[in-house]
This record gives sequence, C-alpha cells and structure tokens, in this order.
Amino acid sequence: MRRAGRRVKPRGRRVQLVTLAHARSGDKGDTANVGLIALRPKDYPLLVKQVTAARVARHFKGMIRGPVERYELPNRHALNFLLHGALDGGGTISLKTDAQGKVFSTALLRMEIEVRR
Amino acid sequence: MSAARQPIRIAGGQGFWGDWLEAPYRQATGGPIDYLMMDYLAEVTMSILQKQKSRDPALGYAKDFVPLMERLLPELARRRFKVTANAGGVNPRACAQAVAEGARRAGLAGKVKIGVVTGDDLLDRLDALIARGHTLANLDTGEPVTAVRDRILSANAYLGAWPVVDALRQGADIVITGRVTDTGLTLGPMIHEFGWAADAWDRLAAGTVAGHTIECGAQCSGGNCLVEWDRIPDLANVGYPIVEANADGTFAITKHPGTGGRITVAGVSEQLVYEMGDPKAYITPDCVADFTTIQLAQAGKDRVRFSGIRGRPATDKLKVSLAYFYGYKAVGTLVYAWPDAYRKAQAADRVLRRRLADLGLKFEAILTEFVGVDATHGPLALAAGAGDEAPEVQLRVGVRSTDKAAVERFTRELAPLILNGPPSVTGFAGGRPKPEEIVAYWPALIDKKEVQPCVELVAV
Repeated sequence: MRRAGRRVKPRGRRVQLVTLAHARSGDKGDTANVGLIALRPKDYPLLVKQVTAARVARHFKGMIRGPVERYELPNRHALNFLLHGALDGGGTISLKTDAQGKVFSTALLRMEIEVRR
Repeated sequence: MSAARQPIRIAGGQGFWGDWLEAPYRQATGGPIDYLMMDYLAEVTMSILQKQKSRDPALGYAKDFVPLMERLLPELARRRFKVTANAGGVNPRACAQAVAEGARRAGLAGKVKIGVVTGDDLLDRLDALIARGHTLANLDTGEPVTAVRDRILSANAYLGAWPVVDALRQGADIVITGRVTDTGLTLGPMIHEFGWAADAWDRLAAGTVAGHTIECGAQCSGGNCLVEWDRIPDLANVGYPIVEANADGTFAITKHPGTGGRITVAGVSEQLVYEMGDPKAYITPDCVADFTTIQLAQAGKDRVRFSGIRGRPATDKLKVSLAYFYGYKAVGTLVYAWPDAYRKAQAADRVLRRRLADLGLKFEAILTEFVGVDATHGPLALAAGAGDEAPEVQLRVGVRSTDKAAVERFTRELAPLILNGPPSVTGFAGGRPKPEEIVAYWPALIDKKEVQPCVELVAV
C-alpha cells in the first residue's frame, strides 16, 4: 500500500510530528479543528514553516471534503487548523465513529516534517 | 473594588450532560470553593429536551441535576458556596421548582434562594421574527431558516454572563439557566464579585478564557491529555479544575489537594485550543476574547497562572442554536477474525452493499468503516499498513436517509451475513441495530436587541 515517495534532495531527516508536538481536536458542525502545540517552544518555527495549510490539506486527502484554514498562536507555540467538511455532516448527522473529530489530533501527528540532522 | 480582596474560587463540576456524577460532590467537599459551575448543554441537547417537554410540560431540563443537587444541598447550606448551571434546558422554571422541592425535603425551606434565567427560548417567536425579516441564515451554509421552518424543534439564543450576574445580585444561591454560554457561567460570578464594568473588555475576556478552560471539566486537569499521558497520576481520582480568580483579571487554574490528574502548561494549552476557531476572535455575548494574548506560567505543582489576556467589544449579535428534524440513520457492526480478517470484512461490505442496491433502497449516505484498521485515521492508517495481519476487524456500516423504511430494512441485512457471507464472523449479540431519528443543528445569528433575558427568584 505504500506510495512511491517523490525524490527530494535529503537535507535533513524526516520525523513524525508526534515526536515534536502534541495536539487536541474537536468539532464545530461539519468542521474539525486541530490544535497543534510544539512540545518544545524552540520547535515552533519549524511547525510554522512546514505544517502549512496546503500541506495539511494534502495530508488529509480523502478524509476531508473542504478547505483547510490555519491560525497561529505564537504565545502558546501552537497552530490551529480548521478542516472543513471533515465529519460527514457533523454532530448527529454524521455516521462516522469519530463524528466529533476527537482523533483528527493524532491523525495529524502522523505527518512527517524535515529537521536538521 | 478593594485590591486586598481574596481571590474567588470557581470550581468546574460537569463538563457536559453525562459527565462524572462524583465530580461536583468532590468539588464541593474536597476544599474551599466559592462557586460550583456546571455545564450541561451541548449543541443538540436543547432539541432532546424540547422533545421531552412536548411530551410532558413539566420536563425539558437535565433531570439528573435534581438528585445531584439534593446530594449537594446540605453541603451548600453548610459551606455557603453558590451554584451556576445551565441545567434548565428548555424549561428552567420547572427545573428550579424541582430543585426547590428537593431543598424543602432536605429541610432547607427559607434557607436557599434559586435564581432562574430565561428569555433564551425563541421558538414561539420564530414566525414573528422571520416575518420581520430575520433570515436566521445557517452560519455554515448561508441557507435561510425558512428552508427547514416546518421541521424546527427548538430555537434558543445563547445568553451571556449578565443575566447570571443579575440573579446573583438578587441574592440567588443557585442560578439555573436555559441556553447560557458555558463561559458565562464562570464569568458571571467574577463580574458579580469584582464589580467589573460592561466595557471592561480585557477583564471580561479573562473571565471568558477562564470559563473556556474549565468548561470541559477534567479535560484541563489531566483527562484526555496527550503529553506523557501514561504518567498522569491517579486518573481514577482525577481532580476537576478550580479557577482562582483575581479582581485584576489574572487567575490560576488548580485543583483540590490529594486528587489525581495533572495541571500543567502543556495540558492547559491543549484545552485552550479545543474547539477553537480564529484564536484572535473568540466571540461570546459578553466580549471578543483574543486567545493569542494569553500568557501561561507554571506557578507550582498542579497550578497554572494566566495573565496578559486582552479583549475587544462584544458584537451586536447573539448566536442562535436551532434544532430541526433531518431524517433517520442506523449503524450496524460485525466482527471478522484472523486469518484475512480485513479482507473478509471488505468482502462482507461488498455483499451487503450489493444487496442494498438490489433491494432498490435509497440512502443519502452509506458509510463503511473497518474498526481496527481505518475507522479513526482513514487512509493514513492504511498507508502505514494497518490492515495487514490484523487479528480481528470490526465491519461498521452506517446508513442515512429521509426514508425510514429504507433505514429499517438496512437493519435486517446485517445478521444474515453471519451465515450467508464471508467466514469467521461474530459479534452480533447486541441484536439488530435500531433506526434513530436525526435531529440536526442549525447555527444562526440574531440582533441582540431582539432578545430580552429574564431573571426571577424562586422561593424555597
């Protein structure tokens, strides 16, 4: 099932976000929100640079139907993502196990970003 | 207000209707508190309560709030803390009467005052509002409410902290409200105690942030916390949060000594981003709070200090939550065992879908999930090899339709698969799934001037 990765010139090593950040997610209607928080403040700029709205939209391809918005909370070393059309209608309409978007948090933490060696 | 005034302690006792019943009692008895705040109302709760009220005009509130209060009342009388709770749902007066009866049974006649906040219920005025040009357009889709008018079951404006303040000023010991915001139940006591002005935006924002932090109960004190989750102590005995608020708008989040859980900057930060939209504009009826101004500091074990919070003027709108009948749904499951558990579940899903199609049943949606493989992380889990060699996989299929008969027929199509589908299948002990009515949520805005909160006292 693994897709062939695009060849990227290796400048650093790739690590999963779960080693750099923690997260909590929730719902508002058919939108899931994921708050992504750097475990160490010094890693926040890495998140800002690499975990872009476009990157997150690609990560969740096939899981969400709408766009992704990103907000910054530099005071908390955190980013907030709104994933629109993520919850099969949301609330009581949704047929999903995760109708309230509670575990989009750790789904985002599967993403890999590049860090210096 | 005097700068020497002691901080007030507002304890979070319920994060939602159905939260841990022991928590409020432990908050009341585990150490000093001035207020016990309990949040009962989620987005669709009002419609469930409206249904109950239409069957029996004496119902329509969170019924288990009454026995909970009966347990708390002797403590309340002895320790003199106050309670704020939106347990009144669509019938706060009936809720207050039931609590008053409980108080009389407990021998507290004349000893406690109950304040009731109403004015949020717009259902009876809906047609008049629409006729006067209020579209109540859906905040997500832009559709006017007339599209679902004949299916609307409840309509409630979100009131803020001020009617709670009024009830406290009138001497209420217990404030029972309808659709008051979760944050208003915490901010109200602060405004009352500290005499904050209606345009003290920074302080109102600080109280709102405090309310947001404790409105989900233990979710800020160690519950559902990802950071070093397996080292969070004694969750069986988890301490619910307490706000220690100061008149200048600074506050700390802490919990009673001797309780489990953990209050850290990291854990509190997780709660701050929970259900967050634009962090610069957290809009409530009372103010617009800017979450990007929040400064946190660990101020001792299980104690996080908040400062620097800024706010802006409230808008001239209130949010309205409407609930309307949408249709029917049902979800059924079967469990497939090794070998080839995932492939068997996939094959069963194909058989099921073919049979539903052959029956000519029409659904708005059919959703298949393979629990143990992709139900939570979808294709991301598959890409990581989740399906390979799974010892067991639960096939979970849900359908949704406006046609009740189609949903009912679906519920009969799962059990046959046990004997006439792919092998090594079990887990049907619960019987046929039940079709459920879907009551959906319709968020809208209305001009503030259209809504007049009402506060009254109920004699005990």
